[in-house]
Amino acid sequence: MAAHSLSPPLSRLLFTVKYVSLHSRCCAVHSKAHYSTVYNPNEKTFDKILIANRGEIACRVIKTCKKMGIQTVAVHSDVDSSAVHVKMADEAICVGPAPTNKSYLNMDAIMDAIRVTGAQAVHPGYGFLSENKEFAKRLAAEGVMFIGPDTHAIQAMGDKIESKLIAKAAKVNTIPGFDGVVKTAEDAVKIAQEIGYPVMIKASAGGGGKGMRIAWNDDETREGFRFSSQEAASSFGDDRLLIEKYIDNPRHIEIQVLADKHGNALWLNERECSIQRRNQKVVEEAPSTFLDPVTRRAMGEQAVQLAKAVQYSSAGTVEFLVDSKKNFYFLEMNTRLQVEHPITECITGLDLVEQMIRVAKGYQLQHKQEDIPINGWAIESRVYAEDPYKSFGLPSIGRLSQYQEPLNLSNVRVDSGIQEGSDISIYYDPMISKLVTYGATRNEALAKMEDALDNYVIRGVTHNIPLLREIITHPRFISGDISTNFLPEVYPDGFKGHQLEVDARRELLASAAALYIAAQLRSQKPYLCYRVSTIPVKCTHWELCVELGKGCHAMEVTKSGDVYNVEVDGGKVEVIGAFNLASPLLPLTINGSDRMLQFKVRVLSKLASELNSYMPEKVPEDTSSILRSPMPGTVVAVSIKPGDTVAEGQEICVIEAMKMQNSLTAARQAKVKSVHCKPGETVGEGDLLVELQ
Amino acid sequence: LALLYTNLHRDCRWYSVSHLSVRERIEKKRKAALVGGGQKRIDAQHKRGKLTARERVELLLDPESFVESDMFVEHRCSDFGMEEDRNKFPGDSVVTGRGRINGRLVYVFSQDFTVFGGSLSGAHAQKICKIMDQAMTVGAPVIGLNDSGGARIQEGVESLAGYADIFLRNVMASGVVPQISLIMGPCAGGAVYSPALTDFTFMVKDTSYLFITGPDVVKSVTNEDVTQEELGGAKTHTTVSGVAHHAFENDIEALLNLREFFNFLPLSNQDPAPIRECHDPSQLKLTTCWTSFKQYVHEHTPSLYNICNNIFHFLDAKDFFEIMPNYAKNIVVGFARMNGRTVGIVGNQPKVASGCLDINSSVKGARFVRFCDAFNIPIITFVDVPGFLPGTAQEYGGIIRHGAKLLFAFAEATVPKITIITRKAYGGAYDVMSSKHLRGDVNYAWPTAEVAVMGAKGAVQIIFRGKENQAEAEAEYVDKFANPFPAAVRGFVDDIIEPATTRKKICSDLEVLASKKQVNPWKKHANIPL
Repeated sequence: MAAHSLSPPLSRLLFTVKYVSLHSRCCAVHSKAHYSTVYNPNEKTFDKILIANRGEIACRVIKTCKKMGIQTVAVHSDVDSSAVHVKMADEAICVGPAPTNKSYLNMDAIMDAIRVTGAQAVHPGYGFLSENKEFAKRLAAEGVMFIGPDTHAIQAMGDKIESKLIAKAAKVNTIPGFDGVVKTAEDAVKIAQEIGYPVMIKASAGGGGKGMRIAWNDDETREGFRFSSQEAASSFGDDRLLIEKYIDNPRHIEIQVLADKHGNALWLNERECSIQRRNQKVVEEAPSTFLDPVTRRAMGEQAVQLAKAVQYSSAGTVEFLVDSKKNFYFLEMNTRLQVEHPITECITGLDLVEQMIRVAKGYQLQHKQEDIPINGWAIESRVYAEDPYKSFGLPSIGRLSQYQEPLNLSNVRVDSGIQEGSDISIYYDPMISKLVTYGATRNEALAKMEDALDNYVIRGVTHNIPLLREIITHPRFISGDISTNFLPEVYPDGFKGHQLEVDARRELLASAAALYIAAQLRSQKPYLCYRVSTIPVKCTHWELCVELGKGCHAMEVTKSGDVYNVEVDGGKVEVIGAFNLASPLLPLTINGSDRMLQFKVRVLSKLASELNSYMPEKVPEDTSSILRSPMPGTVVAVSIKPGDTVAEGQEICVIEAMKMQNSLTAARQAKVKSVHCKPGETVGEGDLLVELQ
Repeated sequence: LALLYTNLHRDCRWYSVSHLSVRERIEKKRKAALVGGGQKRIDAQHKRGKLTARERVELLLDPESFVESDMFVEHRCSDFGMEEDRNKFPGDSVVTGRGRINGRLVYVFSQDFTVFGGSLSGAHAQKICKIMDQAMTVGAPVIGLNDSGGARIQEGVESLAGYADIFLRNVMASGVVPQISLIMGPCAGGAVYSPALTDFTFMVKDTSYLFITGPDVVKSVTNEDVTQEELGGAKTHTTVSGVAHHAFENDIEALLNLREFFNFLPLSNQDPAPIRECHDPSQLKLTTCWTSFKQYVHEHTPSLYNICNNIFHFLDAKDFFEIMPNYAKNIVVGFARMNGRTVGIVGNQPKVASGCLDINSSVKGARFVRFCDAFNIPIITFVDVPGFLPGTAQEYGGIIRHGAKLLFAFAEATVPKITIITRKAYGGAYDVMSSKHLRGDVNYAWPTAEVAVMGAKGAVQIIFRGKENQAEAEAEYVDKFANPFPAAVRGFVDDIIEPATTRKKICSDLEVLASKKQVNPWKKHANIPL
């Protein structure tokens, strides 16, 4: 039976308030809880800003604009016409159909939107046009302010090769081994051999870890070259590649910098972003457990040197790889607001978007380096619509049939651009939200994160909260012993979900039983029904079975009032709770401690469970001879045709989903019986692609 | 089939009882009744993935609530060796009695496949008739768990008479007490008409079949090759024929779901539907639906959204028991609760065939509406209908008389009727879908509603035939009719409401309408266009 129940009336109230007046919620949370600097209303900036982005970052920027009394213009694609950022903005302009290259990357349409609305400045957010110098140039040509660094800095830092040269010149530590513009696969192999394996291959123009591939030998280099150049062409329209030495077991630590147009630059401490999967960040924290003040200062100062070397203005991030001996190497500089900027805001009290807008207008920085504090600890979990049991996260799509952010908790910030009823589509990044918690100490922030994840309700799409919760409660993570290889090292066979300890399992089983009984008792007491039996039936003792995984656990339950005493698996559990059977959250007191539960298990009476053994097992489909799409996406290439013989591991087709190309391979050697997909076709998860004989 | 079982039946349990006392004989018979056709047959039944008749009854009813009747009844056939003691089974091939589901009274019969393949003898029929009669006198639902090879061939016409006796009671009970059939094994020949006469027919996947004639006869008559599953399996009847209303994975799932389903229903036409304690407070729940709805129903876009996604937001805990989810999917019907009260939901499904009405969806909707009307269940209708489906297939198939059924059902219904026009309400289909004119109690329109004779394009082609500037004319038409005002100014909708307030409004209306009294003119019965 499904888990129903409810948070106390207060949180239900919050839930309602949240959706009815989204705006006031945002302002309240942000201005009061996070920022220590006070916005100065007399400092005139812009009248109207266009936000050339979507999702949470667009909402994030709009919130600060509202605080600063700036009018906002949202741009959106067809399918986003009623997205949250569109509703939050004062004006909204449709810039094209769903695919990003026709809408959010469509400069012509966005320029038109600027002209029509008379926006004086553009905030690009991250991704899309945020590091596109062409866009910055076109804005400059029309006299519209780009809220970010100038074209020179974008160009200098946007090119991975040039940026390293500049970094070297600015006396910033750079990665040993080097780079080159690559034309053919053989060139790639040659360069890789010169550097020495392992090497990393990615699109020069690409930001973050997207499209990054690691090669340990010549063959992998060729494959990496092929994929990276394809992705470079499709995502950035710029097929240059970067190959460089890959540092094994590194930490990814980045320094936030903030600079103005008057030559002033600050470093706003670091962010530890080592927990990654497929080179994309999952959990970030600030500060890092690894850095000592000396290293922090050294990194910060080098970051500022680099910023000054390119006359950087606005917010930017200098990424470093840090080895186990605290040697750090410049990786790249991101000339934009980072996804994970909220944790820096939490510990420094600065509103980075506000600062970016001020700087763009030409104001000097308000702060000196010594004014930048580290107040407490902040942790960010990226909540994604993806299946964490497949390679730590393959995109999943769907509609958020139920969605409730844990904003009833203190010291929690949720940056999201969706709400209940929103669709997670194949066209855009599958991020649902950024969940940020903070506290005076790391432990406090971690405990809050655990609470927040437990209180987060997401239904309708598969999400990665189980993985996030597992990471932040893992002893290695808690001790701070992490690297970018954390996930593959801790889960060498992939993430299998939380493995319950005996006690925890008992508690879960007992809660399920109590919930089941509460639901049964409700059904037995209809209102206004005078024909219910008046002959008392004993309903204080139950024998039940709860199915968990493959096992079935027998239990005996007695109830008095709201107290359920459960005997299960040789132990006793006391569950206290007044169940609200409509809430997705289950607040219970289990053996004296307060818990917040969400689960889905099947509860049967003892009789039903005994008889269950007679029920035939439905035979699942034989999957060795068919290939189904593991995720929704677009078929990019089909490498085989009917009648071909494929070897085990041979590529059958390539599916692109959320800007990621995934190669699907044959599970065994076989002849191809039929092909059910064509390049360019959109496929859903589980759709039949190819049948083998 | 029955003969086969008789001949195969070799495990002799007891022969002469004359040396035993009456008390001992009672005990013996009781024991024999409890094992039906014997352990071997029980094992065979389990092997097929099916439960025995008694196990099913026990699972369906509250623990220890079953009160059995006619445990000592035996068949009366004296031909073909049936009179021998070893061919007599106390209780014969059906278990009957009464019990409670969540404390509420229900009468149950459960056919026992282990005794002569569950075949229907005169005695078997008589047992069923007895509980049906009792159910009628006290006013309580009847649930039949069907698992029968068919008529008891040895008994000839007595068996046929038995069927007819049951049919008559099915018909007499129709609209008086809810009747539910759960097909848990074969059900063939004349036997199928009992489930067909009941209000709801549910099936168990892979182990149940319903057909008039089996694959062998089909082959000899029409020369079609068809398997049992294809001819009358759960999938066929829930997707193609519309004979069954729902299919469940296995016996246990089916019985547990049936208990849930039963919670929605009143005990009889004299009883109100039960009201369950509601934990989903309507006064606080301003749904977020408006947002998601607008996403799809953007002004004048023909996008196809899933009505279920929107309906769910209005229901208690999004709890919806859909009837016929895989048949005539262009209309969605099912039971739900609002502020604890059972309601019947009818909604056009724009995702399938744009939500238009066709033959199958009209019949599906009509039958559901009539059930709700018969058993005091308020009907809530969500309208987004572009009209009736055009085409020769529909016209030749008689869409006129079938569509009339839905019209008839809505018009005739005297239970509380609440209607929400969410988007399109075009043409005759507007009238049909529980409109104000058919005595709708409360009719709402959302701001996105368009009530008109037809869509803008078609209308303009007729009104402004030959006019040069069709686009301009279309714009004018859209301006005039593609909004809720034409209906609202005439009072054909009571109010234009914000979608977010829908749940709140409906819950409060239901409370008011609970005391609604409306009586149709006296008649022997109406003449619905069958």
